[in-house]
Amino acid sequence: MTEVGMQLRSVVKERRFAQSPEKVWRALTQKYLIADWLMANDFKPEVGHRFVLDAEWGQITCDVLAVEPQKFLSYSWQSQGLDSVVTWTLTSTADGTHLKMVQTGFGADQELAYRGATTGWTRFLDRLEVVVCDHD
Amino acid sequence: MVQLHDDVFRSLGDPTRRGLFEFLCLDGEQTVTALTERIGISQPAVSKHLGVLKQAGLVTGRQEGRHTHYTARKEALAPLIDWTQRMGGFWDSKLDDLENLLGRMDQ
Repeated sequence: MTEVGMQLRSVVKERRFAQSPEKVWRALTQKYLIADWLMANDFKPEVGHRFVLDAEWGQITCDVLAVEPQKFLSYSWQSQGLDSVVTWTLTSTADGTHLKMVQTGFGADQELAYRGATTGWTRFLDRLEVVVCDHD
Repeated sequence: MVQLHDDVFRSLGDPTRRGLFEFLCLDGEQTVTALTERIGISQPAVSKHLGVLKQAGLVTGRQEGRHTHYTARKEALAPLIDWTQRMGGFWDSKLDDLENLLGRMDQ
């Protein structure tokens, strides 16, 4: 994957908080706390649980993919035709918690080989680099 | 808020349409017949996929005699290219709210 291809696929955000991983974890996984900072939801920290986030502009459908208390949380994020995965990684630091959020799009069918054609998203986004440069 | 461009994402969510669009981007204008030979599915299926791409503004068709020639509209890819930027702004604002909540949890 080229750099441009990668940039087209992921959003990465990192923050440092003064609070402990235990507290940050609660804010990321308790329904009423999630509603406070993200959106109304029916989240449960159980792998395989399907939940919905209610945005003003529509709904986001999510499936819990991984739960490792106070360390790692991952769920799919499907909305408006975008298939993506959101992961949260918590690291305990001397003065609190380091939180990293990564949202990666277009992962769902990257292994899909369609009649030998070169149409996987990953390959497509790589080739898009050519298209984008061309367009400029 | 994050309003992604549904049509572009949905149209390109299908691997066959992505393939058709890719061929048109890389090799320029082509007829349905040429695309059908290339992608190896029936002509009606190809026409149907091209219709979806056209509706999303990703391709345009030009009639010439009995044939329609399709061209990719590369500028229609903008929402796809912008999505990380838009979601980035969304998460910045949500993480501000999270920080605010954590502060209140301390009290």
